[in-house]
Amino acid sequence: MHIAVIVFPGSNCDHDAYHVFRHILDVPVDFVWHRETDLKKYDAIIIPGGFSYGDYLRTGAIARFSPVMESIIKEAHTGKPVFGICNGFQILIESGLLPGALIINQDVRFLSQDVTLEVESTDSIYTRSLQKGRKLTMPIAHKQGNFIANDDTLKMLEVEDRIAFRYSKGKNGNPNGSINRIAGILNKKRNVLGMMPHPERAVETLLGSDDGIDIFKSMIGVA
Amino acid sequence: MKAKIYISYKEGILDPQGKTVSHALNAIGIKKINSVRMGKYIEMEFNGISKDKASEITDESCRKLLANPNTETYSFEIVEE
Repeated sequence: MHIAVIVFPGSNCDHDAYHVFRHILDVPVDFVWHRETDLKKYDAIIIPGGFSYGDYLRTGAIARFSPVMESIIKEAHTGKPVFGICNGFQILIESGLLPGALIINQDVRFLSQDVTLEVESTDSIYTRSLQKGRKLTMPIAHKQGNFIANDDTLKMLEVEDRIAFRYSKGKNGNPNGSINRIAGILNKKRNVLGMMPHPERAVETLLGSDDGIDIFKSMIGVA
Repeated sequence: MKAKIYISYKEGILDPQGKTVSHALNAIGIKKINSVRMGKYIEMEFNGISKDKASEITDESCRKLLANPNTETYSFEIVEE
Protein backbone atom coordinates (compact mmCIF):
# COMPACT_ATOMS: atom_id res chain seq x y z
CA MET A 1 0.00 0.00 0.00
CA HIS A 2 1.35 3.38 -1.03
CA ILE A 3 -0.10 6.54 0.51
CA ALA A 4 -0.20 10.08 -0.91
CA VAL A 5 -0.34 13.01 1.49
CA ILE A 6 -1.40 16.04 -0.54
CA VAL A 7 0.39 19.29 0.23
CA PHE A 8 -1.26 22.63 -0.53
CA PRO A 9 0.29 26.01 0.16
CA GLY A 10 -0.79 26.43 3.79
CA SER A 11 -1.21 22.75 4.71
CA ASN A 12 0.21 22.23 8.20
CA CYS A 13 -0.82 18.75 9.27
CA ASP A 14 0.86 17.12 6.29
CA HIS A 15 3.88 16.11 8.38
CA ASP A 16 1.66 14.67 11.10
CA ALA A 17 -0.10 12.52 8.52
CA TYR A 18 3.21 11.51 6.94
CA HIS A 19 4.54 10.58 10.38
CA VAL A 20 1.62 8.23 10.98
CA PHE A 21 2.33 6.14 7.90
CA ARG A 22 6.09 6.41 7.63
CA HIS A 23 7.14 6.10 11.27
CA ILE A 24 4.30 4.46 13.12
CA LEU A 25 2.71 2.12 10.62
CA ASP A 26 5.79 1.65 8.41
CA VAL A 27 3.84 2.09 5.19
CA PRO A 28 5.27 3.78 2.07
CA VAL A 29 4.06 7.38 1.90
CA ASP A 30 4.91 10.41 -0.25
CA PHE A 31 4.23 14.09 0.07
CA VAL A 32 2.44 15.09 -3.14
CA TRP A 33 2.52 18.75 -4.13
CA HIS A 34 -0.83 20.17 -5.20
CA ARG A 35 0.39 20.66 -8.80
CA GLU A 36 0.63 16.91 -9.37
CA THR A 37 -1.98 15.63 -11.80
CA ASP A 38 -1.48 11.87 -11.70
CA LEU A 39 -2.23 9.88 -8.55
CA LYS A 40 -2.64 6.47 -10.19
CA LYS A 41 0.31 4.89 -8.39
CA TYR A 42 -1.14 5.57 -4.95
CA ASP A 43 -3.55 3.30 -3.14
CA ALA A 44 -4.97 5.91 -0.80
CA ILE A 45 -4.99 9.70 -0.60
CA ILE A 46 -4.86 11.87 2.51
CA ILE A 47 -5.91 15.52 2.33
CA PRO A 48 -4.40 16.93 5.51
CA GLY A 49 -5.40 19.78 7.74
CA GLY A 50 -4.11 23.30 7.67
CA PHE A 51 -5.05 26.59 6.13
CA SER A 52 -4.77 26.00 2.40
CA TYR A 53 -4.51 29.31 0.56
CA GLY A 54 -4.85 31.11 3.88
CA ASP A 55 -8.53 30.11 4.11
CA TYR A 56 -9.16 33.03 1.73
CA LEU A 57 -12.72 33.40 0.43
CA ARG A 58 -13.98 30.28 2.22
CA THR A 59 -12.11 27.40 3.80
CA GLY A 60 -11.15 24.96 1.07
CA ALA A 61 -12.70 27.02 -1.71
CA ILE A 62 -9.48 27.79 -3.55
CA ALA A 63 -7.68 24.50 -2.89
CA ARG A 64 -10.63 22.84 -4.55
CA PHE A 65 -9.41 24.26 -7.88
CA SER A 66 -5.80 23.11 -7.44
CA PRO A 67 -4.51 20.91 -10.29
CA VAL A 68 -4.36 17.86 -8.02
CA MET A 69 -8.06 18.00 -7.18
CA GLU A 70 -9.16 16.78 -10.58
CA SER A 71 -7.17 13.57 -10.14
CA ILE A 72 -8.36 13.20 -6.54
CA ILE A 73 -11.94 13.40 -7.74
CA LYS A 74 -11.16 10.89 -10.49
CA GLU A 75 -9.51 8.44 -8.08
CA ALA A 76 -12.35 8.87 -5.60
CA HIS A 77 -14.84 7.87 -8.28
CA THR A 78 -12.86 4.67 -8.94
CA GLY A 79 -13.35 3.75 -5.28
CA LYS A 80 -9.88 4.62 -3.99
CA PRO A 81 -9.79 5.72 -0.33
CA VAL A 82 -9.70 9.51 0.01
CA PHE A 83 -9.48 10.76 3.58
CA GLY A 84 -9.82 14.47 4.34
CA ILE A 85 -9.03 15.71 7.82
CA CYS A 86 -10.05 19.16 9.06
CA ASN A 87 -9.13 21.50 6.18
CA GLY A 88 -9.11 18.33 4.06
CA PHE A 89 -12.76 17.77 5.01
CA GLN A 90 -13.53 21.38 4.09
CA ILE A 91 -11.84 20.85 0.70
CA LEU A 92 -13.78 17.61 0.08
CA ILE A 93 -17.02 19.45 0.72
CA GLU A 94 -16.08 22.36 -1.55
CA SER A 95 -15.15 19.86 -4.27
CA GLY A 96 -18.53 18.18 -4.05
CA LEU A 97 -17.14 14.78 -3.02
CA LEU A 98 -18.99 15.12 0.28
CA PRO A 99 -22.31 16.89 0.90
CA GLY A 100 -23.29 19.65 3.31
CA ALA A 101 -21.23 22.61 4.45
CA LEU A 102 -18.90 23.59 7.26
CA ILE A 103 -19.64 27.02 8.66
CA ILE A 104 -18.16 29.07 11.46
CA ASN A 105 -18.31 27.50 14.94
CA GLN A 106 -21.39 28.39 16.95
CA ASP A 107 -19.30 30.42 19.41
CA VAL A 108 -17.48 32.21 16.55
CA ARG A 109 -14.14 31.15 18.03
CA PHE A 110 -11.22 29.06 16.91
CA LEU A 111 -11.37 25.90 19.01
CA SER A 112 -8.24 23.98 19.92
CA GLN A 113 -9.11 21.26 22.41
CA ASP A 114 -9.69 17.57 22.86
CA VAL A 115 -13.06 16.15 21.93
CA THR A 116 -14.65 12.79 22.48
CA LEU A 117 -16.10 11.09 19.44
CA GLU A 118 -18.32 8.08 19.08
CA VAL A 119 -17.93 5.64 16.23
CA GLU A 120 -21.26 5.66 14.46
CA SER A 121 -20.89 3.70 11.24
CA THR A 122 -18.50 0.78 11.04
CA ASP A 123 -19.36 0.23 7.39
CA SER A 124 -16.23 1.76 5.84
CA ILE A 125 -12.59 0.78 5.53
CA TYR A 126 -11.74 3.51 8.05
CA THR A 127 -14.03 2.20 10.75
CA ARG A 128 -14.44 -1.50 9.91
CA SER A 129 -12.19 -2.60 12.76
CA LEU A 130 -13.66 -0.20 15.31
CA GLN A 131 -16.60 -1.01 17.51
CA LYS A 132 -19.81 0.94 17.02
CA GLY A 133 -20.24 3.36 19.92
CA ARG A 134 -16.58 3.22 20.88
CA LYS A 135 -15.37 6.51 22.30
CA LEU A 136 -12.28 8.10 20.80
CA THR A 137 -10.43 11.11 22.18
CA MET A 138 -8.55 13.38 19.82
CA PRO A 139 -8.03 17.09 19.24
CA ILE A 140 -9.91 19.55 17.09
CA ALA A 141 -8.35 22.78 15.85
CA HIS A 142 -10.64 24.81 13.63
CA LYS A 143 -12.90 27.81 13.32
CA GLN A 144 -15.13 26.54 10.52
CA GLY A 145 -16.17 23.07 11.63
CA ASN A 146 -19.84 23.54 12.30
CA PHE A 147 -21.39 20.98 9.98
CA ILE A 148 -24.73 21.85 8.44
CA ALA A 149 -26.86 20.28 5.75
CA ASN A 150 -30.38 20.72 4.50
CA ASP A 151 -33.08 18.35 5.74
CA ASP A 152 -32.93 16.05 2.70
CA THR A 153 -29.16 15.69 2.87
CA LEU A 154 -29.26 15.10 6.59
CA LYS A 155 -31.91 12.44 6.22
CA MET A 156 -29.91 10.77 3.45
CA LEU A 157 -26.76 10.71 5.61
CA GLU A 158 -28.65 9.20 8.52
CA VAL A 159 -30.66 6.67 6.51
CA GLU A 160 -27.66 5.53 4.46
CA ASP A 161 -25.53 5.11 7.60
CA ARG A 162 -22.99 7.60 6.28
CA ILE A 163 -22.16 9.31 9.57
CA ALA A 164 -18.83 7.80 10.53
CA PHE A 165 -18.32 9.75 13.75
CA ARG A 166 -20.42 11.89 16.05
CA TYR A 167 -19.26 14.16 18.84
CA SER A 168 -20.30 12.59 22.12
CA LYS A 169 -22.93 14.15 24.32
CA GLY A 170 -21.98 16.09 27.43
CA LYS A 171 -18.53 17.33 28.39
CA ASN A 172 -16.15 17.74 25.44
CA GLY A 173 -19.10 17.07 23.16
CA ASN A 174 -19.96 18.95 19.99
CA PRO A 175 -18.16 22.22 20.78
CA ASN A 176 -18.63 23.65 17.28
CA GLY A 177 -22.40 23.17 17.14
CA SER A 178 -22.58 20.66 14.29
CA ILE A 179 -26.05 19.48 13.40
CA ASN A 180 -26.86 15.99 14.78
CA ARG A 181 -23.39 16.14 16.44
CA ILE A 182 -21.83 15.12 13.11
CA ALA A 183 -18.02 14.96 13.20
CA GLY A 184 -17.28 12.89 10.11
CA ILE A 185 -19.18 11.65 7.05
CA LEU A 186 -18.77 9.21 4.19
CA ASN A 187 -19.67 9.50 0.53
CA LYS A 188 -22.20 7.20 -1.07
CA LYS A 189 -19.55 4.68 -2.13
CA ARG A 190 -18.11 4.84 1.41
CA ASN A 191 -14.52 5.28 0.18
CA VAL A 192 -14.33 9.02 0.90
CA LEU A 193 -14.23 10.11 4.55
CA GLY A 194 -14.10 13.67 5.84
CA MET A 195 -13.80 14.55 9.51
CA MET A 196 -13.01 17.69 11.49
CA PRO A 197 -11.15 16.08 14.45
CA HIS A 198 -7.51 15.13 14.00
CA PRO A 199 -6.82 11.38 14.39
CA GLU A 200 -3.28 11.94 13.05
CA ARG A 201 -2.55 14.05 16.11
CA ALA A 202 -3.64 11.26 18.43
CA VAL A 203 -1.44 8.35 17.42
CA GLU A 204 0.93 8.01 20.37
CA THR A 205 0.22 8.11 24.10
CA LEU A 206 2.98 10.71 24.29
CA LEU A 207 0.60 13.02 22.42
CA GLY A 208 -2.14 12.49 25.00
CA SER A 209 -4.09 9.87 23.12
CA ASP A 210 -3.43 7.12 20.62
CA ASP A 211 -7.08 6.55 19.78
CA GLY A 212 -6.59 7.93 16.30
CA ILE A 213 -4.17 5.26 15.15
CA ASP A 214 -6.92 2.65 14.96
CA ILE A 215 -8.61 4.61 12.17
CA PHE A 216 -5.43 4.52 10.09
CA LYS A 217 -4.78 0.86 10.94
CA SER A 218 -8.29 0.03 9.86
CA MET A 219 -7.79 2.02 6.66
CA ILE A 220 -4.64 0.11 5.65
CA GLY A 221 -6.09 -3.18 6.86
CA VAL A 222 -3.70 -4.12 9.63
CA ALA A 223 -6.02 -3.82 12.62
CA MET B 1 -16.30 49.10 -15.45
CA LYS B 2 -16.77 47.41 -12.14
CA ALA B 3 -18.81 44.56 -10.69
CA LYS B 4 -20.05 45.02 -7.16
CA ILE B 5 -20.81 41.59 -5.74
CA TYR B 6 -22.75 40.88 -2.57
CA ILE B 7 -22.62 37.43 -1.01
CA SER B 8 -24.80 36.53 1.92
CA TYR B 9 -25.85 33.44 3.80
CA LYS B 10 -29.06 31.84 2.64
CA GLU B 11 -32.03 32.24 4.88
CA GLY B 12 -32.09 29.46 7.43
CA ILE B 13 -28.31 29.23 7.57
CA LEU B 14 -27.18 30.17 11.04
CA ASP B 15 -24.91 33.18 11.08
CA PRO B 16 -23.22 33.18 14.49
CA GLN B 17 -21.05 36.14 13.50
CA GLY B 18 -24.07 38.26 12.67
CA LYS B 19 -25.76 37.17 15.87
CA THR B 20 -22.72 38.17 17.94
CA VAL B 21 -22.57 41.57 16.25
CA SER B 22 -26.28 42.01 16.87
CA HIS B 23 -25.74 41.32 20.59
CA ALA B 24 -22.84 43.77 20.66
CA LEU B 25 -24.91 46.53 19.03
CA ASN B 26 -27.62 45.94 21.57
CA ALA B 27 -25.04 46.05 24.36
CA ILE B 28 -23.79 49.50 23.32
CA GLY B 29 -27.32 50.83 23.36
CA ILE B 30 -28.25 50.72 19.68
CA LYS B 31 -31.76 49.30 19.76
CA LYS B 32 -34.53 48.36 17.34
CA ILE B 33 -32.33 46.08 15.25
CA ASN B 34 -34.18 42.87 14.45
CA SER B 35 -31.22 40.90 13.22
CA VAL B 36 -27.78 41.28 11.68
CA ARG B 37 -26.56 39.09 8.83
CA MET B 38 -22.92 39.20 7.80
CA GLY B 39 -21.77 38.63 4.24
CA LYS B 40 -19.03 39.47 1.81
CA TYR B 41 -18.57 42.35 -0.59
CA ILE B 42 -16.30 41.83 -3.59
CA GLU B 43 -15.33 44.23 -6.39
CA MET B 44 -14.04 43.12 -9.78
CA GLU B 45 -12.75 45.49 -12.45
CA PHE B 46 -13.03 45.06 -16.20
CA ASN B 47 -11.44 46.76 -19.17
CA GLY B 48 -12.71 47.00 -22.72
CA ILE B 49 -15.67 44.63 -22.57
CA SER B 50 -19.39 45.18 -22.85
CA LYS B 51 -21.65 45.43 -19.85
CA ASP B 52 -23.35 42.18 -20.88
CA LYS B 53 -20.02 40.38 -21.08
CA ALA B 54 -19.00 41.75 -17.67
CA SER B 55 -22.28 40.53 -16.25
CA GLU B 56 -21.75 37.10 -17.75
CA ILE B 57 -18.21 36.82 -16.35
CA THR B 58 -19.35 37.99 -12.92
CA ASP B 59 -22.17 35.48 -12.80
CA GLU B 60 -19.84 32.64 -13.79
CA SER B 61 -17.31 33.73 -11.15
CA CYS B 62 -19.99 33.72 -8.48
CA ARG B 63 -21.36 30.35 -9.49
CA LYS B 64 -18.00 28.61 -9.78
CA LEU B 65 -15.99 30.11 -6.96
CA LEU B 66 -17.10 33.21 -5.10
CA ALA B 67 -20.28 31.85 -3.54
CA ASN B 68 -20.96 28.42 -2.09
CA PRO B 69 -24.33 27.36 -3.50
CA ASN B 70 -24.99 25.19 -0.43
CA THR B 71 -24.94 28.05 2.02
CA GLU B 72 -24.79 31.35 0.17
CA THR B 73 -26.65 33.46 -2.31
CA TYR B 74 -25.18 36.25 -4.40
CA SER B 75 -26.26 39.32 -6.24
CA PHE B 76 -24.27 41.89 -8.17
CA GLU B 77 -24.46 45.11 -10.12
CA ILE B 78 -22.25 46.28 -12.97
CA VAL B 79 -21.40 49.96 -12.68
CA GLU B 80 -19.55 52.30 -15.05
CA GLU B 81 -16.73 54.15 -13.34
